[in-house]
Amino acid sequence: MKLHSEVPEDKVTKVLDEFQGPLYQRPPVRSSVKRQLRTRTIYYIDFFEMEERNVLFKVGCEAGTYIRKLCYDVGEVLGCGAHMQELRRTRVGPFVEDESLVTLHDLSYLFSQWQETKDEGMLRKFVYPMEKALELMPKIHVRDSTVDALCHGAHLAAPGVLSLDSGIRIGDAVAVFTQKGEAVALSKATVSSASILKMDHGFVAKTQRVLMPRGIYPKMWRSSQ
Amino acid sequence: MKRISEPWEIKRSLVVKAEEETNPRFGHKPEERPIQEHMRFGIINLDKPAGPSSHEVTAWVKRILSLDRAGHGGTLEA
Repeated sequence: MKLHSEVPEDKVTKVLDEFQGPLYQRPPVRSSVKRQLRTRTIYYIDFFEMEERNVLFKVGCEAGTYIRKLCYDVGEVLGCGAHMQELRRTRVGPFVEDESLVTLHDLSYLFSQWQETKDEGMLRKFVYPMEKALELMPKIHVRDSTVDALCHGAHLAAPGVLSLDSGIRIGDAVAVFTQKGEAVALSKATVSSASILKMDHGFVAKTQRVLMPRGIYPKMWRSSQ
Repeated sequence: MKRISEPWEIKRSLVVKAEEETNPRFGHKPEERPIQEHMRFGIINLDKPAGPSSHEVTAWVKRILSLDRAGHGGTLEA
């Protein structure tokens, strides 16, 4: 963040602290979403350092928070004005800046090595199964016999459930998995974890997005023909 | 001001409703997927250079890895 005039450090850190918590934001003029007031949560703002008018900090926030707007608003509260100078995403869901991070150059090299040597080991170190993206979601594991019905878009019923994460509430987004740990679909829970455990019939989650192609698991349901 | 609990720190615990064996004839564990399938359903944590848009970089990744389809997980400040 670049301040428009010099401000003492203790004043900057105090104002940054105040921005933690829920925040109202109207998307900026140049944005790809509808420009209506919305709320986003700032989980934390960690101040690192400042030198003259340049301030470096790290923000933990909800998806859809405009950091450009946050910097502008911090500037307004300070009274001096400010703008965002530079921005880097250090985390998104389960993905962080660790050894999994690859550059385009790395990718290009890994791919050509795979083509030349036919050894896929290195490529697999950096290309993760799609299930990696679902790591933080609550999960439901289902029977082999349930999988293909879900792949055809059916909703998940209680008898198909083998295990699940506790604490799922009605309306939560959940990821449905096979026993082998393959992602089948993204769904919306229509009942809580506690209820699912007790149910012997009835739907427990509505399928929102199918991830697995049809036909990998056998079709086990009866059709009218 | 106290920090608000971060959603990515939530710890979950698995509870079992019923037990059943899975048939090894169908599907694969994600880490044992044949490489063609693995590449089709793969995900990378890309260090995107500043400048080119996520959309452009997605197109480059698609070309570098000669994929039929590629997408990205979202943009910053768009």
